[in-house]
Order: sequence, then C-alpha cells, then structure tokens
Amino acid sequence: MPDAPPEPLAPPLAECQAGRVRLAGAWTVTALSAHGDPLPAGELPTCFDASALGALDTTGALLLVHAEGRCAGAVAWEGLRDEHAELLDLVRRHRHAAAPHADAASVGVLALLGRDTCRRLAEARDILAFLGEACVACWRALLLPHRLRLTPLLANVQRAGFEALPIVGLLSFLMGIVIAYQGGQQLRTYGASLFVVDLVTLTMLREMAVILTAIIVAGRTGSAYTAQIGTMRVTEEIDALRTIGIRPLDLLVVPKIFALVLVLPLLTVYADMMGVFGGMFIADLMFGVSFTEFLQRLEQVVSLRHFLVGVGKAPVFALLIALVGCYQGFKVSGGADAVGRQTTVSVVQAIFLVIVVDAAFSVLFSALRV
Amino acid sequence: MATPVIEVRGLRTQFGLKVVHEDLDFSVRRGEIVALVGGSGSGKTTLLREITMLDAPSAGSVRLFGEETVGIGEAAAFALRRRFGMMFQLGALFSSLTVRENVAVPLREHTRLPAALIDDIAELKIALAGLPPDAAERYPAQLSGGMIKRAAVARAIALDPDLLFLDEPTAGLDPVGAAALDELVLQLRDTLGLTVVIVTHDLDTLWRVTDRVAFLGERRVLACEPMPVLTRSEHPLIRAYFTGPRARAAAAAQA
Repeated sequence: MPDAPPEPLAPPLAECQAGRVRLAGAWTVTALSAHGDPLPAGELPTCFDASALGALDTTGALLLVHAEGRCAGAVAWEGLRDEHAELLDLVRRHRHAAAPHADAASVGVLALLGRDTCRRLAEARDILAFLGEACVACWRALLLPHRLRLTPLLANVQRAGFEALPIVGLLSFLMGIVIAYQGGQQLRTYGASLFVVDLVTLTMLREMAVILTAIIVAGRTGSAYTAQIGTMRVTEEIDALRTIGIRPLDLLVVPKIFALVLVLPLLTVYADMMGVFGGMFIADLMFGVSFTEFLQRLEQVVSLRHFLVGVGKAPVFALLIALVGCYQGFKVSGGADAVGRQTTVSVVQAIFLVIVVDAAFSVLFSALRV
Repeated sequence: MATPVIEVRGLRTQFGLKVVHEDLDFSVRRGEIVALVGGSGSGKTTLLREITMLDAPSAGSVRLFGEETVGIGEAAAFALRRRFGMMFQLGALFSSLTVRENVAVPLREHTRLPAALIDDIAELKIALAGLPPDAAERYPAQLSGGMIKRAAVARAIALDPDLLFLDEPTAGLDPVGAAALDELVLQLRDTLGLTVVIVTHDLDTLWRVTDRVAFLGERRVLACEPMPVLTRSEHPLIRAYFTGPRARAAAAAQA
C-alpha cells in the first residue's frame, strides 16, 4: 500500500496550454471544497496531462469524468498513474449506471384532483373501518368483562387521570379567577357584584371546566397515545402482537378508551370545583362577596342540570380524544419523522373536534331548552 | 514505518461494576481490512463506539491517525470525524430524507461544493454501493434490509473517508447480497485505499475479506492474526469459536 500522498492539501490546478489540460495538485473533496472547481468553463482540449496530479478521490474523479464529457472528442490521458486510472474507470462505470435520470412525469390538474379525491375517500373509509373495529372491540370487552385487560386499564387511569390532577386543578383555578375578575369589574359598575356568582358558576360548570379539561387531556394524553402506538408500529411491535394472537385493538385501544371515558368526567368535576373556588376567592378578595354569601347564592343559581350539562359532555369528548389519538397512531408508517407528524395531527384534530362538538352541543341544548 | 491509523493502548471500559475491557491493545495499519470478532457481549460494538468517539473509555488511550481522541477538543474531534465513515448495524438512515439526501448530508455539512455537484457525488456513491439508480429517490422505509445496508455504506463513504467502520455489514442479508457486500468492501479498499474495520460474525466475510482478525475475549484482544493463523490458535475461546460446524464449513469452502 502506498503511504500517504505527499501533499494532500495542495490546491487542485488545471491549466489549458498548447492544446492540453495540465492537471496538478490534490483533486480531493477537501481541496476542491476549499478551492473550488479549477477547470475552466467551455470546451476543453482533448489531451489531459495527469503527470503532476497528486491525490485523487471519487469527487475529483467525478469532476474529471464530467470534464471528459465537455471535450470535443475522446480524451487522451498522459502520465496517468495506474491507481488513478482505475479510480476514473470505476467512476465512469458507475456514472453510466446512474445516468438515466427518471424525470417526474408532469401531472395534469384533473389527475391531481382525482388522486386527492381518492386519497380523501380512502382516508374516510379508514376512519370508518377503525371506528367500526374499535366499537366491536369495546362491545366484546363489555360482553366479556373478565377478558378486559385490567392492568393497562388501571395504568391508563393513573397516567391520564391521577397524574393530570395538578395541572387541571391549577389551570381551572386560574380560569375561575380570570372569569370572576373580568366579569366582576363590569358587574360592579352596575352595583351587581353578587351576580359574579352566576357568572363564574354557570360558565365553569356548563362550558369552561369541561372544555379546558378536554384540551389539556388531548394535549397530554391524546398525543401520548399517538406516539406510543406510532412507535410500536415503526418497531413492528403491533405486528408482533398480531402474530402472537393478541388483538392490538384489545390491548392498546380498548383500555385507553375505557380509561379516558372513566377519567375525563372525574377530572371535569375536579375542574368544576377548582374553577368555582378560584371565582370565590376573587369575589371575596375584590368584590366584597364573602364565601358564605357566595355559597348561598350558588345554591339558588345552580341546579343539577347545569352540572350535568357540563359533565355529560365529558365522556363524548373522552371518546373523541381516545379514538383520534389511537387512529392517528395506527396511521404511522415509516420512521421517527412520521411519529412526530402524526402526533401533531392527532392533537390538532382532537382539540378541533372537541370544540366543534361542543358547539354542536350548545345548539342542541338550546333547542332542547336545557 | 508509518503511524497506525488506529492505535488503542491500555483501554479500560467499565459500566458500574462490570468491566468490559481491561488493558486492551489494538492497532490497525493503513490500507488494512481488520475484523473484530468475539462472542456476544465481548464488547466489540463498545470498542467500536469508543474508537469512533461516540463513547469515552474509562481509561487508556485511543489514537486515530496518530491523534489522541481521549479528551479531544470539540473542533479537533469535528475535523477527525470527517476522516472516517461509519455504517451502523441497522443503517441509522435519517427516515425523513431520501437515500440521495441521506448520502448528501455529510457532504453538505462538511464541504462547500455546489448543490448540483453534491447531488452528482451522492448518486455516484449510491451506484458505487451497488444500489439501482431509482433507489436514490426512495425513503428508507421503502427499502429492503439489504438496500438499507448499501445505502448506509453509501453515506459512510460520502466524504471519501480514509477509514471506514462497518458494524455487522452482512448480518441479515441473503448469501448473494452478503457476498456482493464483501466484494464491495474489497473494491473500495483497492480503488480508494480505504482502511476498514468490520465488526462481524460472518465467517465467510472473515475468510474472504479480512487481512487480520482481532479476537476479543477475556476483556482484551486475545489475538490479532490473519484467518489461517487465527483458526489454528490453541486458545480455548478461539478454538471454540472457530471449530463449530459452521466455521468448519466456511473454512472448507475457502480451502
């Protein structure tokens, strides 16, 4: 093996004189990157003199092979070392292999439209199929409750519910404070500070607590569902479950749906209490409504149906979040990149659906006069 | 005699109480193809990761191209890294990039060549690694296991490194693909003057490709000899490794 070439970093040179190209210096990726392509533009003479050529690597060889293509005829090489000739040959051979460049055929608007329609229809079919499979799996679990997988269910309850208590509590408390403060200031100008109780309790119980909780859970838990199932798809763990004879839906989706449907109403009740407490705190501090007055007024204003309107929406939201999270997880294909993309889609879609469905509920309730 | 490309002296690796290497010496000369073998858990991959500066050894010295890498500065490490390429066991291709973009990553990072030339170089490397031209536009998820290994080799040789590390290059390949990869390694060494370090269990690769084989056992390199010499070794661990039925078949095929 020859030892290191004398000057590996001598700048690459190419001089055109007397009908020949004189090559010198190191034609390596490092040198070429530092000094640029030394070959002059335009047509080149057909005689290459390589007697002063120092080091050569594939990048240099590629440039020289490119240069051969710019000559009028076949190139005569002079003073080319054997190992360099071999390298040039290697590059020429593989250049040929890489040559046929498949140009992307231009696609018409109509074709694009058709392709997109098919894609969307296929997605709609996939969603329906997943919904159906998930329903069947849940139904099976309800018919045979002893087959329900208890450990993953409880683990999900702990992670999605218990561990979310601090953040849900804090945010609802702050939300109660904000509502009471903003509304109370307006009410005070009319001397109706006591109505701050109506404002806080009704908005918290009917709307804010459940929406806030659903959004927090979609961000915390829905994303985790997608990432977990998505990663398991990438690493073929889902396929492994199938071959062992465990239905992935039974193990991964059903416990998640049950856990969330169980936990989200409970979290909502907790958020109700913390939100109202936040309002109570501000009412006492800033608007002179003491805790006793607040609670007395609360008893007159709030009936059971207000509470149920809020908490009743929670299981529906839970179902949406769990289904979207799991569905997006199963849609992952490819690698780490797809997991990230699908997780984003999952959170955005879940929050979007929660708000849209909440609006639909509002319309429904006002029609029913609840 | 020129300085060895890799020189490991008195290396010690310890995870908690478990000592993986102790007083390990290992060196590779320029232009050699050296394989690292040894039973599972003998610390082959760990040694490779320490030589490539991915992990730091607990003690000892690792020199690459004559330069000490233990406690090396950030800039010097960066400069050293561009002189070697590494192929990981599972390819470790970036899943969000096509094969061509994967191969172009080191070129874009380390050179200031024009984008068109970088694409050309990437395509050349893909062809050199034995992939069909249409593979360049595909994503790693759309490739077979063998193609992923080849794409990983293409990325490892993107910068024309002086030194190439291959972690289990033929594991999981069909015999034709494995043999083709062996030929590729030989061809790269002969035309590009590469020095190659291979971690492998593939006995055919050991016979066909390597100049010397370093056998790891008892926390050090027990022997570093050409295959014919190594297989006649009297050491019980080495004998056990090379006298199984599969080893005999590979040796017979070579004879």
